[in-house]
Amino acid sequence: MEMPPPNPAVLAKKPELIKRLQGVMLDDGIISDPFETRAYECDALTAYKCPPLLAVLPSSTQEVSEVLRICHDLGVPVVPRGSGTSLAGGALPTEDSVILGVARLNDVLETDYDNRAIRVQSGRTNLSVTGAVEEEGFFYAPDPSSQLACAIAGNIAMNSGGAHCLKYGVTTNNLMGVTMVLMDGTITEIGGAHLDAPGYDLLGLICGSEGQLGVVTEATLKILPKPEGARPVLIGFDSNEVAGACVSDIIKAGVLPVAIEFMDRPCIRATEAFAHAGYPDCEALLIVEVEGSDAEIDEQLGTIMEIAGRHNPVELRESQSSEESAAIWLGRKSAFGAMGQINDYMCLDGTIPVNQLPYVLKRISEMSAEFGLDVANVFHAGDGNMHPLILFDANKPGDLETCEAFGAEILKLCVEVGGCLTGEHGVGIEKRDLMINQYRPEDLEIQMAVKDVFDPKWLLNPAKVFPLASSDARRIAAD
Amino acid sequence: MIASATEPLHVRGAGTRTDQAPADGSVLRTTGLTGIEIYEPGALTLVAKAGTPLADVEAALTSENQRLAFEPMDHRALLGTSGEPTVGGMVAANVSGPRRIQVGACRDSLLGVKFVDGQGQALSNGGRVMKNVTGYDLVKLMAGSFGTLGVLSEVALKVLPQTETEATLCLHNLDHARAVAAMSSALGSPYEVTGAAHAHIAGHGTPQTLLRIEGTDASVRYRLEALRSRLADFGELTDIHGSASRKAWEGIRDASSMADRAGDIWRVSVKPSDAPTLIESLGADAQTQLDWGGGLIWALMPEGTDLRAQLGAFAGHATLIRGSQATRATVPMFHPHPESLARLSRGLKDKFDPRRILNPNLMELGG
Repeated sequence: MEMPPPNPAVLAKKPELIKRLQGVMLDDGIISDPFETRAYECDALTAYKCPPLLAVLPSSTQEVSEVLRICHDLGVPVVPRGSGTSLAGGALPTEDSVILGVARLNDVLETDYDNRAIRVQSGRTNLSVTGAVEEEGFFYAPDPSSQLACAIAGNIAMNSGGAHCLKYGVTTNNLMGVTMVLMDGTITEIGGAHLDAPGYDLLGLICGSEGQLGVVTEATLKILPKPEGARPVLIGFDSNEVAGACVSDIIKAGVLPVAIEFMDRPCIRATEAFAHAGYPDCEALLIVEVEGSDAEIDEQLGTIMEIAGRHNPVELRESQSSEESAAIWLGRKSAFGAMGQINDYMCLDGTIPVNQLPYVLKRISEMSAEFGLDVANVFHAGDGNMHPLILFDANKPGDLETCEAFGAEILKLCVEVGGCLTGEHGVGIEKRDLMINQYRPEDLEIQMAVKDVFDPKWLLNPAKVFPLASSDARRIAAD
Repeated sequence: MIASATEPLHVRGAGTRTDQAPADGSVLRTTGLTGIEIYEPGALTLVAKAGTPLADVEAALTSENQRLAFEPMDHRALLGTSGEPTVGGMVAANVSGPRRIQVGACRDSLLGVKFVDGQGQALSNGGRVMKNVTGYDLVKLMAGSFGTLGVLSEVALKVLPQTETEATLCLHNLDHARAVAAMSSALGSPYEVTGAAHAHIAGHGTPQTLLRIEGTDASVRYRLEALRSRLADFGELTDIHGSASRKAWEGIRDASSMADRAGDIWRVSVKPSDAPTLIESLGADAQTQLDWGGGLIWALMPEGTDLRAQLGAFAGHATLIRGSQATRATVPMFHPHPESLARLSRGLKDKFDPRRILNPNLMELGG
């Protein structure tokens, strides 16, 4: 993956930059030692690494504003970073950039149960938002797999989803307001505890803009009352096609499960060997979870089991207790760890229209044979968000490149059938050069024009999202 | 037409919200762009041309037992207009009804858009899948931009299953503070309340606080009882079911109690717990209705009143939905922005419509 070459003029400004930063924040928040900056050389897309010029960890919105103003004055690129769990390289620095980490901004500012909202600093982790309100019976709905570690700032930047968004939506549907600092240091307030912001939907525009429009330092998030209960059913099938048809029938029947997860045979076998969840050895497996009171759950699961029954399942296992529920989820939740045990893997994130599932799975397995790399599929079937895991050997020369080429073909296929390149991980650097498969030049141009409005000098996370060739002129003009 | 335009264009659907738009220049209607392009019930998605009548979309959805979950209001009675509301108009105004508190606004169900910008360039953003973070979300930006950034030509929407039945729990004659407290308690419960309003309903002399539950028959009955016990402290509780419940919510959705009355109509988005105090500051001449658990105040005010001046500074904003000519001459339709945001909005307008020909005077951007 190509990154723009570092600008020597910016590298030469390091001493001046440090001196000016020392004027606005304490020394312990400025990390300039080349050994220490290596901690910020990559995010969870570990195939790509580059230590930044500096890393800074401000402890207030005001400090973020001062840091950005200084970098803006000196023309230094800034890469915002939450917890560094991006799978797309969203927080990958360049040699001439400053990493602006929000890790020290992790307070809860206000919990407001009457208005069902919480105000937090953006470095707070996703799971600890729920942690702050669960005693009162509330939770924060978006639940990306990395929720123990990932920060709200990163969730907003990537518009993160999770397993339960079929019912609760993704970050953008649960975000009510932000404090955001623009690249020139201007502090803006958008939205709040009221339901919709006036004028243009800037909140909607910022969410998912991958840290290219501003740095979010505080957020007002919607919190929801916890359901009375939740229970899954596990359904095994002897073909992917039938499992796909069953998903479609469940949705059409008017039941809206909170999650519909899908695993194929390679994934089932790997997780079974790793986690011993007691899954059946079959071609495809669905985990469907519903919520409500016990009686409501029984009623919904009854409908789902009746629909599943029409598709000749090889296994139909309804959870009757929290232990059984945990056992059903165990394998799914261990899937990524299990795959990591047997191989290096690359996790893709394309979304497709649900009715294309069988076709796309068939094509992926054909392509797997062509490229000579195995694929395991585990994903959120209810909303068509796929996560094919391509297995490769990082120590084998050429394997990573073959894997990336294979991944690109899968994502192009997603676009071809009416879907998109990324459902919840973001574009980052990983899918940057594939954007031309989804958008025409003019569609990319208008998006880049939006960045021109928020960050005219193209200093915020500049080499991401847009193909380098498309954004070249802007980045060079801004130098 | 846009590329060759030399004067402002007044972008509209079927004109059902025409009272809102200060008309200037030639009219560009989208009503020629009609038809449902794709409807996949199993994928919960529908794609339609912007000028497609909303009624056609709703009929198609009903035949598959599905619906637009955000419950768009029908402005016609309130604004005294005729014509068939279009899906493009609905998206352009981000029209959302009582169920917004549970499923989000129109913008939350909008998956993709095609539009023509102020230079006449055809553009697209988003798609027709439910999870999509590929590039910037211009889909949300277009929702609620009232045709000022581009003319919508096609929209893709997420749809949801129709529920089997519904019921509404009614509390009687509560003051605003008690009503908001009751709604807050209900919305903070796990019983999935899909409507929480405080309004004058036809046939009742006193205001009613209404809480809607939807789902299967057994589930609705269970949750109605659970909610009844939870709200026992709020006085007498009655309930209405099925079509009676549906009718009551249609009235709330369309603010029907204000339709035939003289005066200006405002829609004020607030923090729900602020609503009682804000209503107080509107004075005795105001007639109000609360929706969204208190987060949306509908206010019928004597003509010419500057409601924003009466409210003073508050967390939220007020939109003039129906105003007399005198009011419109002195009071802008949309709430003024703080300058830091106005600067961004003007910047966006300049990129999407550099000649400022699309509904140029509709959203006040300053500068």
